[in-house]
Amino acid sequence: MKKILSDIYKNRIWLLMVLPGTIWLLLFSYLPMFGQVLAFKKFRIHPDGFFASVINSEWVGWENFEYLFSTSDAWIITRNTLVYNIIFIVVGLIAAVGTAIMLSELVNKKLSKVYQTSILFPHFISWVIGSYFVFTFLSTDHGLLNHVLGWFHIDPISWYSESKYWPFILVFMSLWKGVGYGSIVYLASIVGIDRAYYEAAMIDGASKWKQIKHVTLPMLKPLMIILTIMNIGRIFNSDFGLFYQVPRDSGALYSVTNVIDTFVYRGLMNLGDIGMSTAAGLYQSAVGFTLVIITNYIVRKVDEESALF
Amino acid sequence: MPKELQTQSSIAVSHSTNEMKGGGAKALRKKYRDPQHLHPVVNTIISVLLGILAVMCIFPFFYVIIISFTSEESIVRNGFQLVPKDWSIDAYHYLWGMKEQLFRSYGVTIFITIVGTIISVFMITFYAYAISRPQFKYRRFFTFLAFFTMLFSGGLVPTYIVVTQFLGLKNTIWALILPLAMNAFYIIIMRTFFLKSVSESILESARIDGASEWRIFFQIIFPLSLPGIATIALFSTLGYWNDWFTALLYIDEPNLVPLQSLLMKIEANLEFMRQNMDVAIMQSSLFNTIPQESAKMAMVVIATLPIAVSYPFFQKYFISGLTIGGVKE
Repeated sequence: MKKILSDIYKNRIWLLMVLPGTIWLLLFSYLPMFGQVLAFKKFRIHPDGFFASVINSEWVGWENFEYLFSTSDAWIITRNTLVYNIIFIVVGLIAAVGTAIMLSELVNKKLSKVYQTSILFPHFISWVIGSYFVFTFLSTDHGLLNHVLGWFHIDPISWYSESKYWPFILVFMSLWKGVGYGSIVYLASIVGIDRAYYEAAMIDGASKWKQIKHVTLPMLKPLMIILTIMNIGRIFNSDFGLFYQVPRDSGALYSVTNVIDTFVYRGLMNLGDIGMSTAAGLYQSAVGFTLVIITNYIVRKVDEESALF
Repeated sequence: MPKELQTQSSIAVSHSTNEMKGGGAKALRKKYRDPQHLHPVVNTIISVLLGILAVMCIFPFFYVIIISFTSEESIVRNGFQLVPKDWSIDAYHYLWGMKEQLFRSYGVTIFITIVGTIISVFMITFYAYAISRPQFKYRRFFTFLAFFTMLFSGGLVPTYIVVTQFLGLKNTIWALILPLAMNAFYIIIMRTFFLKSVSESILESARIDGASEWRIFFQIIFPLSLPGIATIALFSTLGYWNDWFTALLYIDEPNLVPLQSLLMKIEANLEFMRQNMDVAIMQSSLFNTIPQESAKMAMVVIATLPIAVSYPFFQKYFISGLTIGGVKE
């Protein structure tokens, strides 16, 4: 006991430094984790505050989950979240690495800088603004796309109520916003590759294409693996703004735009169904957690250097 | 071509330069074998492809600006045109009618951005620095405490209940600041940055000179780590400026609505304004029709302008910041 106290005293400066952050983590991360037990309870507000509410709420076992999975929504949101994320991960990786290699190989370096600047721009725009950008193209009455379709005598399409187009629109928008950031992360890594590898490859008579295939891509592999593990760990989470703002919360599109995050949000704010939305949120956290552990385990087996932890 | 070669001369290999000397034109015509550069045709194709991508990324912003200066009749008749028939500043004039709410929201956004960034920079750098020091006995525990939140999240609903019922932050300015103040990811990045850039020997000599850990932090670490800290500050500033989600959850009070969130509500707001607009303005026939569509776009322009204007300046810091530290040591 005495030793612990003296250890704490010895480390007091460091402990003081982590104190504000620790308080934040406890309040905004760990307390909500404890609150996840509400998934197994029927939430009732108790006058004695938060803890009393959580503790005194009645246990209902798996009822909230049974209710969640008895609706067709559970299947739709799981499918949408997973399929969109798998597409985003694959397409996003190819687009980012491809763009980064193109940017690095461009002969005119000034032009390459200009391109980088514009490609990165959407990253700094919120989805609220992004949704207005999309609206200028898709507005049924005034939008550019319907205008262009008019030139070919095609009837205007009411984009915000036709769900069949949205998988493409959402993938396109995700790329639009994400490719700049992704490509610049990879570009930074390409710039850091030791030129000696390329020199050696050139002496061996490797063409540009061979250099990319045998030097650039292998050198990017660890980064690609790390970023992909992190993305797989978040495969059950989605970019809320993309799925909520860009389709303008249009009910007609829910079958292809509703993901777990939007479902939980609507369950909480529109329906006020705390039990079921908490259950959906816990389902999301638990599966996400399992996935990241499994992915990391597999990566560690294959190539220990590339594992995240 | 030769100039290009010079600029990249660090990687020039003798046999390839010889090949270039041996008649560039001939090499171009026959088999192009310069291993340093792309074939000119490939280079042109790539330039065009990237050019299209680059235009797609910034075009919508300019398009929105054009629409915001289009007269409402023109929009009703011809839709959103790239080159409108009638230009007009009605939309901005119209927004001036709701200037109080606009300035208010601008003020809220600026306030939360400044205060939030300061708070998060201090919390993150203190935390990250402490867990990067080998002298700190409990560093593993605190590293895990932060890292675990990246793996398992508390979820939206419990967080909402904690913030509104336990902390009682609903409809306060702190609801816009505190939930975004920390981010485990930034802590881990900063920790890697400190591990890489702060050498123990400098600290050792300062300690021998009798400097306290606080003094070391503020007088040595802080200036030394400015590139990393600036990056975190930049990420954080952008996070606060672009935030609408916390406002969507926690703010109903019009006085506390930040800019992005005002933009979300603009349709309802314009409707509200139309009903309450000063009769005098209506009668002075400034507006033949109410510039509904263009006013929305003008609002988008007003909200995006600060980012668009400062973007060329901060983007290079952002890019250099991306490489300051990885997740792994």
